[in-house]
Amino acid sequence: MDAMAVTEGFLAAAVRVATPLLLAATGETVAQRSGVMNLGLEGVMLTGALAAAVGAATWGPWAGAGSAVLAGMLLAGVFALVVIGARADQVIAGTAITLGAVGLTGTIYRLAFGATGAGLDLPTLAPLPVPGLSKLPVIGAAFFGQPAPTYLSLLAVPVVWWFLFRTKTGLALRATGEAASVARASGVRTRVVRAAATLAGGAFGGLAGATLVLAQVGTFAERMTAGRGYVAIAIVVLGRWHPVGVALASLGFGAAMALQFLFQTLGLDVPYQLFLMLPYALALLALAGVVGRVKAPADLGKS
Amino acid sequence: MRFSGWLVGAGALLAGLVVLALGLELAGYDSGAALGALWSGAFGSWYALTSATLVRAVPLILIGLGLALAFRGGAFNIGAEGQFYAGAIAATWIGLSVGHLPSPLAVTAVLSGAVLAGALWVAIPVLLRVRYGVLEVISTLLLNFVAEALTSLLVQGPLQESQHIYPQSDPIAESARLPLLPGTRLHAGLALALAGALLLHWIFSRTLWGFRLRAVGLGPRAAEIAGRIDSRWITALALALSGAIAGLAGGVEVSGVSYALFQNLSPGYGFTAIAVALLGRLHPFGVVLAGLLFGALEAGAGAMQREADVPAVAVYLVEAVVIIVVLLAESARRHGATTLASPASVVRRAPG
Amino acid sequence: MPGLELRGIHRRFGSVHALHGADFTLPPGEVHALLGENGAGKTTLMQIAAGLLQPDAGVVLVDDIARPRLSPREARRLGIGTVHQHFTSVPAFTVAENVALTAGWPVAPARLRRLVKEASEQAGLPLDPDARVEHLSVALRQRLEIVKALAAEARFLLLDEPTAVLAPAEVGDLLGVIRRFTSRGGAAVLITHKLDEALAAADRVTVLRHGSVVLSAGIADITAAELAAAMIGKGTVEERIEPPTPAPRAHAGLLVRLEGVDVAREGGLGIALRSASLTVTAGEIVGVAAVEGNGQRELLRAIAGRVHPLRGLRQVTEPIAFVPEDRTTEGLIPAMTLTENIVLGSSPSDPWIRGCTVDWRAAEARTAALLDELAVTAPGPWVPAASLSGGNQQRVVVGRELSKRPAVVVAENPTRGLDIRAAATIHAWLRRAASGGAAVVFHSSDLDEVLALATRIVVARRGALVEAAQGATRDELGTLMLAGG
Repeated sequence: MDAMAVTEGFLAAAVRVATPLLLAATGETVAQRSGVMNLGLEGVMLTGALAAAVGAATWGPWAGAGSAVLAGMLLAGVFALVVIGARADQVIAGTAITLGAVGLTGTIYRLAFGATGAGLDLPTLAPLPVPGLSKLPVIGAAFFGQPAPTYLSLLAVPVVWWFLFRTKTGLALRATGEAASVARASGVRTRVVRAAATLAGGAFGGLAGATLVLAQVGTFAERMTAGRGYVAIAIVVLGRWHPVGVALASLGFGAAMALQFLFQTLGLDVPYQLFLMLPYALALLALAGVVGRVKAPADLGKS
Repeated sequence: MRFSGWLVGAGALLAGLVVLALGLELAGYDSGAALGALWSGAFGSWYALTSATLVRAVPLILIGLGLALAFRGGAFNIGAEGQFYAGAIAATWIGLSVGHLPSPLAVTAVLSGAVLAGALWVAIPVLLRVRYGVLEVISTLLLNFVAEALTSLLVQGPLQESQHIYPQSDPIAESARLPLLPGTRLHAGLALALAGALLLHWIFSRTLWGFRLRAVGLGPRAAEIAGRIDSRWITALALALSGAIAGLAGGVEVSGVSYALFQNLSPGYGFTAIAVALLGRLHPFGVVLAGLLFGALEAGAGAMQREADVPAVAVYLVEAVVIIVVLLAESARRHGATTLASPASVVRRAPG
Repeated sequence: MPGLELRGIHRRFGSVHALHGADFTLPPGEVHALLGENGAGKTTLMQIAAGLLQPDAGVVLVDDIARPRLSPREARRLGIGTVHQHFTSVPAFTVAENVALTAGWPVAPARLRRLVKEASEQAGLPLDPDARVEHLSVALRQRLEIVKALAAEARFLLLDEPTAVLAPAEVGDLLGVIRRFTSRGGAAVLITHKLDEALAAADRVTVLRHGSVVLSAGIADITAAELAAAMIGKGTVEERIEPPTPAPRAHAGLLVRLEGVDVAREGGLGIALRSASLTVTAGEIVGVAAVEGNGQRELLRAIAGRVHPLRGLRQVTEPIAFVPEDRTTEGLIPAMTLTENIVLGSSPSDPWIRGCTVDWRAAEARTAALLDELAVTAPGPWVPAASLSGGNQQRVVVGRELSKRPAVVVAENPTRGLDIRAAATIHAWLRRAASGGAAVVFHSSDLDEVLALATRIVVARRGALVEAAQGATRDELGTLMLAGG
């Protein structure tokens, strides 16, 4: 077995798998920096996934992505109304959103695609290799031979960084998450800021779901997100609410999840469930052992 | 429970059903038939009541009681699903080995194992919280997926039934099974659930420890400073107990209903129980009623799928609406603050 | 005329009338003291001026133009800057980021750093732009508040109890800064409950009492006695309420003993109290004088057994009564009933504790009796603590603690936020506890309270304890509080 080829394949798989995580986590970073923790992210991703499937089946893959973004924002909007508008508890509201999303997507899916729904054939987003760069050894295919959403997710990292740390709006947003009362006294419309941040998180989350369907799995299945939304939240913590940290953590998780493909390639017979468990177990270890004291935005989770 | 609590609960349920009906109509289903099937599946006959509704209510009540305990103590246990599976795994494993014991002993062994397993499963989040300050919201949540994967591993591997065809375990020994109400599938777990509610009520209203727990949940700082209560340990204990109870629920399900282990043993009890606890206003008797309600919903959902061709998962939508309506009503009453102690940060806070 | 004017301001909070038709004028160049007891309405009036609250009636005028529905943003734009009592900076941000947030300055780091440095030096209040606010001392944080307001181009500075957290020498510096500001055309309001401060610092003074303006005059035209009378009005100052417990000499001798005690700072960053030694005998009232952040909080909490020393000897006789600074988060659980709050502070020997159960009947009866003794106005012991006024809440806390017949009483700012009558009651109770044989240790950020109540004064400065000489004056104490700092 060509070690180079195996490594290339593994990295490419890692980046591909990491993309939806990165997208969801980036959006959630913005939301959490403003003080909102959206446990409904899992439901947002799932809804985005279904919307992508429906949109793609009806109009094509890009329409699917667009539908996913809209659907994600809609669901996040409901969440925002409940926790920002009515100032209800964020944890429970988020859990309710995910619960409802499972019910909603399951019902709509059966309605739209029938009871069996096996092997739904969807038009997908093909890889878009960057001319020249994609031929680089080892990292070429991984970072420059991916479908469009991967490039979007990577581009989002510096953009979000610049927004958070180099603009006035970003400053106001961070102030809202750190000390909302101070921000208000400084004239910041904290509720608007939080709502906008939550909606942004919803857009990213929806897109993440679309990526899962259109650039990874190629079809929709009930509960297909399998906890990725929660992993994304863990990634936000591991990345210390910083876009670059989040990107690195996402890659780490992608690698962990891609390990099962690696093992398959190497012909090692390990029960696949161990690979299912690995990312979550790793997240736990990392949360406990994160170097130094991790400081969340001080007003995160407070109404 | 005050009158307003009832009103809110009833209103929330109504809202949920209305949303369901509207959605079904929009989707082209016959909402009347669906709701009718929902009702008959839950209450339409003695059999439906005992063997569908009550059977489904038992795990919801048990887990709901445990969650009420945890929430009141300021611990957000979102991992009851995983703890349930841990208990089910232990119960199955023990249940397969105690065939030679007389029934009371066998059942005790099975259920004790389940309790221990649940406690063990939540021990990691407890440890992470006490030692490293990792808040249980994330850690319990992540362990859900590990438990599900573990179950899948076991039923396709070491615990698989002897023919090695299906991903499920052998049935547990006869002596390890809970007694049934004759003519129904209702098992003694119901008595356990109701007894648990009475016990929890006594704990909350009469015991010093129960008072301390409530104090920690409502005012952790004041509990520490004025009450000299070690809130860290109280919350940790509440969290541990809720895990143990969820594990017990898993054991009861195996010992009383399924008699075996397989994937998707739980149709999301751990999450639905959050709604049950909340709707029951974290009061033991409220939890019983809310558990009955949601048990009815899920029992009816099965009938709804069979008879009106509406996917059973649609009932989750009803549950979600119920939670949200209760949250909104709670918020309206308090203008912003909720009764539950909200974690100030998601995952990390200074240990100690 | 140019300037800030409030006319006929009315404001209610539920059934409480905070302000009754209050008038206030502030022309440029003037330092104006807004004087009144706690609860008189001073803060409310200034919050309305800053756009943080809306009046129920009346109008705010800036430069003779009425500004209805003033928002904080609008107020800032018009040049109204507030220096709050509880600082409004984002702790996790740097000085520069906080200034940028308030003043709307650009975020580009190099440019911002330069601007903040210039602004702070120009105001005579130099600050390190990259310092994180959570690591700043109290005096520096206040500097930041002022720099923020100036950076936002404030013409009118509203300072809410600015000297409460400063040592006497630092007060002089602050007044110097304010004078410089007004000499350049700005105007300042000094909200305070301290008479002598108003006399020393201001050009004009307005006195608020129970929400109404009772006096407004130039400083030169008024005497201290007239001001005092205006503040307090008629009626007795001392209240005839007996403290909750009778006073047999239950304890004697050395009740508090600390030797070489180190205590970590709350939040874990560093040592707050170093090698501290202190003894207190029965009957003594030890007042701890300190500027915030010098270890007095850790000292008191170590004595009370609420924090554990890292090393050293701690011998404190039980039972210990502890009155924490923040009654709503540390002294009481607002969501719980008064009965439950009484049970919260109970000990195993109390009659309503039966082993592992609680006899709620007995507890409720006891609470009802206690409320009676303390003259707390409440419908009954079953109401949530949140429904009580601040003064009543403090009575409940102090009463609960004192009814333990404590050997040692530890109190942090026991009369903060209380009007003069309630404060006098608390003082009387503390004195009775001491004469009954308890050892009382307290801290107040109000130096005058320390001087009035204490039989012995200890100064905490940078984690070390220094005994003050008997009969030390205010200035001498001030020097001790700041020595070497």
